[in-house]
Amino acid sequence: MSDFPFLSILTLLPLVGAAVVAFIPRSKAELAKLVALVWSLVVLALSIFMWAAFAVDGDRFQFHESYPWIPAWGANFTFAADGIALVMLMLIAILFPVVILASWHDVDQSKRSAPAYFALLLTFEFTMIGVFAAADVFLFYVFFEVMLIPMYFIIGSFGSGQKQYAAVKFFLYSLVGGLFMLAAVIGLWVVGGRTFDFAELAQGAGSLDTNTARWLFLGFFVAFAIKAPFFPFHTWLPDSGGAAPAGAAALLVGVMDKVGTFGILRYCLSLFPEASRWFAPAALTLAVIGIIYAALLAVGQNDLKRLVSYTSIAHFGFIGIGIFAFTTQAGTGAVLYMVNHGLATGLLFIVVGMFVARRGSALVSDFGGAGKLVPVLAGVLFFAGLASLALPGTAPFVSEFLVLIGTFSTHKGFAVVATLGIILAAAYVLWMIQRTTQGTLNPALTEVPAMSKDITLREKVVVAPLIALLLVLGFYPKPVTDVINPAVQATLQDVGTTDPAPTAVADGKVGG
Amino acid sequence: MEQLELPSIDYAALLPMLILFGAACVGVILEIVVPRKVRNGIQLGLSLLAVVAALVAVVVERGTRTITIGGAVAVDGPTLFLQGSILVLGGVSLLLIGERTVEKGGAFVSQAAITVGSKKDMEQASGQPGSTEVYPLTTFALGGMLLFVAANDLLTMFVALEVFSLPLYLLCALARRRRLLSQEAALKYFLLGSYASAFFLFGVAFIYGFAGGIQLDKVHAAVANPTQSQVLLYAGFGLLAIGLLFKAALAPFHVWTPDVYQGAPTPVTAFMAACTKVAAFGALLRVLYVAFEGVRWDFQPVLGTIAVLTMFVGAVLAVTQTDLKRLLAYSSIANAGYLMVGVLALNDEGLSSTMFYLVAYGFSVLAAFAILSLVRDADGEATHLSRWAGIGRKSPLLAATFTFVLLAFAGIPLTSGFTSKFAVFGAAVEGGQTWLVIFGVITSMLLAFPYLRVVVLMWLSEPGESTPAVSIPGFLTSAVLGIGVLVTLGLGVAPSPLIDLTRQAADFVR
Repeated sequence: MSDFPFLSILTLLPLVGAAVVAFIPRSKAELAKLVALVWSLVVLALSIFMWAAFAVDGDRFQFHESYPWIPAWGANFTFAADGIALVMLMLIAILFPVVILASWHDVDQSKRSAPAYFALLLTFEFTMIGVFAAADVFLFYVFFEVMLIPMYFIIGSFGSGQKQYAAVKFFLYSLVGGLFMLAAVIGLWVVGGRTFDFAELAQGAGSLDTNTARWLFLGFFVAFAIKAPFFPFHTWLPDSGGAAPAGAAALLVGVMDKVGTFGILRYCLSLFPEASRWFAPAALTLAVIGIIYAALLAVGQNDLKRLVSYTSIAHFGFIGIGIFAFTTQAGTGAVLYMVNHGLATGLLFIVVGMFVARRGSALVSDFGGAGKLVPVLAGVLFFAGLASLALPGTAPFVSEFLVLIGTFSTHKGFAVVATLGIILAAAYVLWMIQRTTQGTLNPALTEVPAMSKDITLREKVVVAPLIALLLVLGFYPKPVTDVINPAVQATLQDVGTTDPAPTAVADGKVGG
Repeated sequence: MEQLELPSIDYAALLPMLILFGAACVGVILEIVVPRKVRNGIQLGLSLLAVVAALVAVVVERGTRTITIGGAVAVDGPTLFLQGSILVLGGVSLLLIGERTVEKGGAFVSQAAITVGSKKDMEQASGQPGSTEVYPLTTFALGGMLLFVAANDLLTMFVALEVFSLPLYLLCALARRRRLLSQEAALKYFLLGSYASAFFLFGVAFIYGFAGGIQLDKVHAAVANPTQSQVLLYAGFGLLAIGLLFKAALAPFHVWTPDVYQGAPTPVTAFMAACTKVAAFGALLRVLYVAFEGVRWDFQPVLGTIAVLTMFVGAVLAVTQTDLKRLLAYSSIANAGYLMVGVLALNDEGLSSTMFYLVAYGFSVLAAFAILSLVRDADGEATHLSRWAGIGRKSPLLAATFTFVLLAFAGIPLTSGFTSKFAVFGAAVEGGQTWLVIFGVITSMLLAFPYLRVVVLMWLSEPGESTPAVSIPGFLTSAVLGIGVLVTLGLGVAPSPLIDLTRQAADFVR
């Protein structure tokens, strides 16, 4: 155990970085990019130290810090991380430098200011780390709302296509969810004895009035379901994902949307255990509908970025059933899926972004046979696609498998229907790859000079760590599952469910 | 025959009001004797000095709990807090009113017979710094507001209402540009305001019939043990409420607000949005909490419905506005609804959170109108929404400031808009008014849209040819902007000191 205030420093560090970058004049754009990159690498280094300091068999919540904020309301700056938050923080720390490097030339052609873009990215990292590190419901809510602002400006100012429409839709959808949550937060605060401390609230969770708890659960759940997004609250994501710059889109689905699933795990389940059990069938149904519906829509997409967004909604369905199946395996699988999905879809978005930057269009029909011009890049796209359809050997396979066997032991029907999603995943990924990189070369592509330039050194540096992680975690997920497992078990204990007795389906093979 | 007994007068407790009324009278005399060229500086200095002196008197009196001049004035925690708020917000508004560099001659007309923009007008504007009657008028209005929140009997309250309303009617008519609009606004405000005052007075008469007195504690006692028909009580309370709700701009008594806010000179609009709101809600709080607390079960649903209606009217109509001043007017109507949610909590938390909200909103709205006064073209302020397209590209600092203020209005965390909404909603849930909170949340969603539209317009739209130039703010306007934004941020990040202050103050004397 370490007394070093990891979480507060980790939270504030990117904010300071954002302020520094914002004050670099526009004429020194390269300097701004460099500072932003170095800054995010420092955050990564600190996160690695924190990971090392985390005691796997220690308390559920570690690195606890608390400073008074608004004593009259019982709101504090309380930070603490369990295994679930820790892996998410690690994912954030890995993805941000990658995305900053991937977005190196995104702003160069536009009239907008590059320092502003990178300052917004670092501000966004600040809010992301804060939302996962908070252990005070008020503080969590503050980060939950504030994170909209940097992303709103990233999409609105630096995006493409219908960026204004997408930015406003994104903001309003999230705000609607956030305000429902605000009502629930206030209700929880009043019935929970005017405290926002997560630990205290979780302790008093059993004594809540059943009806009140269900309403409060609903307030939180709607906010998280919009954020995740679950069917039928998903319509903002394809618009935002399609309009945002590719790097920011990778963060949007890779990190920000995880706040929804993380929030359900941390807040809905632990604070309203009875309501969680009561709502579980409904949530499972929504999740399964989401898997099938979004996968079908993904098959029909002609816009690469929108396609990836839809695949993402399908994946969130898997995470959703993993959470609400209430078994350790499924829960661990869901959290692992959150990490792997961040890596795989992040990679997919970034690679798609590289294609789009070359072609100047995100439409599948504008490509065709691109593999002949940029073979290596096409190979990376192929790998990213396979990872995102959860091919065995890549990390998402482990998590998808865990989710499905964990769900099967309690909810056979849902597991069987969800498995159909795997087939559809193969369809949308492979068909997309076939139409863009395989087949006869689209003659229009040869007229675009940028299309003849294969992967650059910078792009190699961007994709290499993600590919490496996807492979390593595909073969040896134990370091991550070891961290996740105790936290998931503790969460399920809060919910008050026990794993079904081991059956022929090998228990304990993975995940330990 | 009964001996007339002179009531004892606690002059120290009355000092803030005495200072302001005295200064206003001196200001009127100065208008006559001081030459035009130097009048502006002297008048501004005098009124600011009076506000500061009154504020000092309020601070010195802190902790006082007394009812003086025969029960006419109550000086207690809420009185002093609200008086302090009115004085601080009024002082900041005075800076805005005193601004003379953004537009030559200032925002106020000095000789209505001279056409705006004519040669004569230019000569006059460069020779003398505009109308100076505004300072004594504002000081009178401020004095009236201080009395309004301290009034402990209904007649004193009525007198205070008139004392602060009449100068406001005049101030509304003094716009230098768009004079017809301004005069129309003033006339509308005057006529409707007089109606409302008449309703109020009629209500006082009924209440007198019911309680046999007009002091709030007498009314309270009569409500607890009625000796007269309840009809008198309900009729009186209803009429009284109309008068107060009119000033607070709650639906359906809000219709004057957009026209008046749009027509009045912008500094006056800012003054009304910040200070009148504090005064109106201060008096409403006192009347409801001190006099009519006993019939809370009867008026809570009615006023609750009015609060919901207000929030919806404000939010929905704000969506359709194309003029920024009208948009802010509807937003202020919706905010009156949120304030009402806090008022209807009818507990200590409700009282303190409403006072917190009033201060927080006052500073944000002052900053918002200060920004509005800066964006102008040859015809004066350019308040049509379309004219603001792409202004973020031309003047990023101004657009960033306005964005921040709009986010505060939308209730995004780390601004005072969030903490104050949280405070009133929390109080209402505690007071058993969860339904109001749910409607409050729903209307907040609606209301976010118009604010966001302005943000989109400023940052994400391309600047058009008609995007007006942004004036360089003078020292006074910069000060207002700085204060408004800093307080909005400060109360969002560290609201604790003010929350503690409002909690200590939240105790009416009866």
